[in-house]
Amino acid sequence: MGKNSLHVLKGINFTVSEGEMVSIMGSSGSGKSTLLNILGILDEADEGAYNLDGTLIKNLNERVAARYRNKFLGFIFQSFNLINYKSALDNVSMPLYYQGVKRNIRNEKAMHYLEKVGLADWASHLPNELSGGQKQRVAIARALASDPKVLLADEPTGALDTKTSYEVMELIQGINDEGKTILIVTHEDDIAHMTKRIVNLKDGLIIDDSTVKQVRAKSAANV
Amino acid sequence: MFNIERWQEIFETIRKNKLRTFLTGLSVASGIFILVILLAIGQGMQNGIAKEFENDATNRISVWTGITSVGYKGLNPGRNIEMDNRDYEMAVAKNQDKLELKSGVYSMWGVLTTYGNENGSYRIEGVRGDYQFLENETLTAGRYINQGDLNNFEKVAVLGNRVNLDLFKGKNPIGEYVELTGIKFKVVGVYTDPGGEREETRIFIPLTTAQRVFNAGDKLRSLAFTLGKEDNFEKALAASTAFSEQLEADLKVKHTISPLDERAVNVNNTLEHAKRFYDLDTMIRMFFWGVGICTIIAGVVGVSNIMLIIVKERTKEIGVRKAIGAQPWSIIGMILHESIFVTAIAGFFGLIFSLFLLEIVGPYIEMDFIRNPSVDFSVAITTVIILIVAGAAAGFFPAYRAANIKPIEALRDE
Repeated sequence: MGKNSLHVLKGINFTVSEGEMVSIMGSSGSGKSTLLNILGILDEADEGAYNLDGTLIKNLNERVAARYRNKFLGFIFQSFNLINYKSALDNVSMPLYYQGVKRNIRNEKAMHYLEKVGLADWASHLPNELSGGQKQRVAIARALASDPKVLLADEPTGALDTKTSYEVMELIQGINDEGKTILIVTHEDDIAHMTKRIVNLKDGLIIDDSTVKQVRAKSAANV
Repeated sequence: MFNIERWQEIFETIRKNKLRTFLTGLSVASGIFILVILLAIGQGMQNGIAKEFENDATNRISVWTGITSVGYKGLNPGRNIEMDNRDYEMAVAKNQDKLELKSGVYSMWGVLTTYGNENGSYRIEGVRGDYQFLENETLTAGRYINQGDLNNFEKVAVLGNRVNLDLFKGKNPIGEYVELTGIKFKVVGVYTDPGGEREETRIFIPLTTAQRVFNAGDKLRSLAFTLGKEDNFEKALAASTAFSEQLEADLKVKHTISPLDERAVNVNNTLEHAKRFYDLDTMIRMFFWGVGICTIIAGVVGVSNIMLIIVKERTKEIGVRKAIGAQPWSIIGMILHESIFVTAIAGFFGLIFSLFLLEIVGPYIEMDFIRNPSVDFSVAITTVIILIVAGAAAGFFPAYRAANIKPIEALRDE
């Protein structure tokens, strides 16, 4: 890092209420990933305030940040980021492990979420024995395992083909229907339109924030 | 430590990297192996030295005389100096409260000894009762020479175990009579000596009897003393050195010998002798510790290196773990735990292998100054502690680095 700082985000002001499903769009360099990292307590803004579930997130030490991430947030990554020497079930139960949940309860819960994403039969498989779509669904189950307030997805369909993308989106929409707040960073228009609200970023500023009519992934797949 | 999950994680990562873990472990195992073997050799040397000195009392001071080599007060060199009872009495009178054991000795070499049809040629020594302990002898039957024997010029004999076997062929010798130069002596005891056969082919008789039988008048061949116990080795050494020097000076004055003459009066101080060997042994041992510890450090650096690579390789995984809520200490614990585990297990293998080797081979090693190399319990415990500390040291830097991984950097797709 040089001495010259680069201002990626230049003034973002927006609120997401519970149960919303928001996509953040923008070309590369627009600051969408940085925004998501700040929202995910992986990074911290130099200025401004971030309130998560009524808690001000500022100057947290590693320990507290880790606890908040565990309690409030579930992450879904473009490259899945599963731990490749652990079975699907162990991957899903990992957030519960860090919560200190006992092993049998943990496995029971993890199994429940695997069932939810339709991978109960694959519980003992290692990630490299699964397809891309299956991996992402395991990652979604993992994100859900700690029962977080918000799901943060960074290009969740970036590494998947269209058909698989729609299947994953269908799953995410289902989760949103159950009341979970979801933020998705994407640069794909069709994916963005499967959410309920699109926030458009350009050069660190919000240029457009509008509610859209949600396209159900199920019907889109049939076109 | 008792967290099953943590253990499972460690076993999983080790299973994933069998060869790498094995090679790292090998360096630690060989380090411990070398340390233990070196320490055992150090102990073996101590045993060997102890063995060299155990055929006599360890603090024995012996005095014998020879031929003068320097002219003094008008006397030519080449005089034969002989001690007598008065020399002994002088030494005893002067050091009454310091001496513990004391005896004058009159000995004859190659004395024909017969019992029935059996005969042999042995060394006969006329001694006082204390001599048993000065020679570190143990009686296997009967009794030793006592004051009554000395007072009454009794013709009694204590046989070395070898002599007993030669003459009596397993028969009970106590109460039998052996002939020394044709004079009958009653056997009253049999002894063994840790010095072995050479020390057991001797026959002891009362000093007074020996002087009379061999027409020696009041002559003595040698004197033997030990001093009373001191609090520690240093004090004992200082006391015995002072005593030796004083005694030598006194004898030289009494027999008109030049203070510069190094041949006429010989004082052999076992303690001083032993100290030189023990000092050497201590130095060699310290050197061995140094070499051993350096070898272990090489192993530890190896483990540390491997753990750094592991942390580097698992950067992304650690990032993911942190993103889903892993506390920094749990990451540190994971790396430290693995490091200590690998070091400890490898070290135990080295330890057990070396102990096994020592157990099998050790007892057969009987060289002059190395004997039965082995390690004691405290050394084993020390090495185990070294292992745990070494494992923790090896894991510290990698763990520190792992704890500082920022999840956001770890998760960047590059």
